[in-house]
Amino acid sequence: MRKIKSGDEFVFQIVMNGILALVLALMILPLWRVFILSVTPFKYIDSSFGLFVNPLRWTSEAYAQFLSHPSFLHAFRNSLIIMFGGLAINLFMTVPMAYALSVRSLPGRRALNFVAMVPYLFNPGLIPSYLVVTGLGLQDNLLAVMIPGAIGVANMFIMRNFFMEIPMDFMEAARIDGASELFILFRVVLPLSVPIMLTIGLFYAVGHWNEFFTPILYLNDANLQPLPVLLRNILMGLNTNEYVEYDTFSQVSIQSLKAASIFITMLPMMMVYPWIQKHFVKGSLAGGIKG
Amino acid sequence: MGQSAMIQTSGTGKPRRLHRGPGRALRTHGAFYLMLFIPLVYFAIFKYGPLVNAQIAFKDFMALDGVWGSPWVGLKNFGTFFSSIYFWELLRNTLGLSLGKLVLGLPLAVLLAIALNESSLRRWKHFAQTVAYLPHFLSWVVMYGVLLLLLSPDEGLLNEIAKALGGKETNFLQDPTWYPIVVILSDIWKETGWSAIIYLAAMTGIDTGLYEAAEVEGATRVQRIVHITLPGIRDVVITIALLRLGTILDAGFHQIFMTYSVPVYSTGDIIDTWVYRQGILDFQFGLATAVGLFKGLIGLGLVWTFNRIARRYADAGLF
Repeated sequence: MRKIKSGDEFVFQIVMNGILALVLALMILPLWRVFILSVTPFKYIDSSFGLFVNPLRWTSEAYAQFLSHPSFLHAFRNSLIIMFGGLAINLFMTVPMAYALSVRSLPGRRALNFVAMVPYLFNPGLIPSYLVVTGLGLQDNLLAVMIPGAIGVANMFIMRNFFMEIPMDFMEAARIDGASELFILFRVVLPLSVPIMLTIGLFYAVGHWNEFFTPILYLNDANLQPLPVLLRNILMGLNTNEYVEYDTFSQVSIQSLKAASIFITMLPMMMVYPWIQKHFVKGSLAGGIKG
Repeated sequence: MGQSAMIQTSGTGKPRRLHRGPGRALRTHGAFYLMLFIPLVYFAIFKYGPLVNAQIAFKDFMALDGVWGSPWVGLKNFGTFFSSIYFWELLRNTLGLSLGKLVLGLPLAVLLAIALNESSLRRWKHFAQTVAYLPHFLSWVVMYGVLLLLLSPDEGLLNEIAKALGGKETNFLQDPTWYPIVVILSDIWKETGWSAIIYLAAMTGIDTGLYEAAEVEGATRVQRIVHITLPGIRDVVITIALLRLGTILDAGFHQIFMTYSVPVYSTGDIIDTWVYRQGILDFQFGLATAVGLFKGLIGLGLVWTFNRIARRYADAGLF
């Protein structure tokens, strides 16, 4: 009886881990191909389906070319400004609102929750928001990309729910000691909220890093475009002329250049999220389920 | 705003908070209202401003006259949309792509969660989980690049393989038959790992005593999954499905904006992309706003309805 059971168990484990292996292969293979193409020299590009590269014949030329191109430097700088500036604005706006709305005794709290909920549930679409931003004269200003999404309503409520889980005794004790509410927020509440701050911070930062639509919508000046928009232009061949010129001097194909720029654009996110993973699994569930 | 405002010392020396009585709200909670001030100004401008501007759905919007100065035209913009040849096509594409993602994606996410939950190899499992989350953090621009290098006729892996096998090349991204399949599968590729999180969490919440009892009774692993794990996450699965149905009109604007092209409008154009083209590219602000407003209203109704059903269902399921 026991033997059959463990044999059963063995087959079962093979099937389950086989599913995981399959999922992993499907996830990694396309990204692997992008990486291989990015380091394959021009003359070998048509061999081996772009899944392997001769270890002696790879080249980092495509990266060197992309990273030293003036449009990359501009776009990278813009992306950093948008991500860090945007994140700072997000937290500056979201944290105080979430904290104030987490105070159960706050008079008018229900009405304020309602005010926050309405735009979340009812979205009149793109054009009315576009008219607000252009009406403020924010075109060709990086603020047009950073400010309109300053508070994500869902993020704010997730954060509020997390704050509400913190035992009131902590805040009460500080109040009795004469601490100001701002002091309590910074010295009592935030140190207890590291998981949720990292989670929401990551969500916001990823959103800014990946944003390409609002920059296209509001920024006409090519010098203001962030990295994803540059990548889009390269992929769609919108400004390959610049790159073709480069191409004549180099060993690198347009394909490698595309692959390298894809890889560079996704790299920062790939490096950051695994470190915050254990927090966001916990954090997003804490608020998510109760919504 | 220090101690004296927040606390009143009663006769017994026990501190008591003052939060009752009119007029005291501002004194006791002033700091919180101050914290809310800038966010509320932001809400007024960027969240309620658009609601005010939505009135141009009922106007013949002229940039020079502005939102308030443009003449009212009643429901003309809505009529134009409903009677246009695009209406049914857009509705069909939007619902089809959305439902396709939900119906195919949800079971795969549950399957992945089961595999993760049952695997007894800890480090491998953790690695698989980390990799499965990755695509969720990638932008659709990056995804488009990956898709190009996989699917395009001249540089795509699939076409290279097809040609090596003697087949002919297919332009998957510009073929109206293939395009919806590419949209649905690439969305599943990107989001399945992320969606599995919530099912995995629901599974860890199941009472382990049930599994032990089943084991004593001689149930196989498969029987335990079918009779314990799946019923254990049923409520969560149904709740998620209902909430997703509430946003069924969001078929993935960024994804389609990034990957579609004129040849695939017939099967890939959705309400949001149409609104973008009509409004931003063709300056039909009134018409585009009417369609956005229509979508927003239906969306509101759907979210509200499915939320209620989910809440009722969860109650019924739990008690």
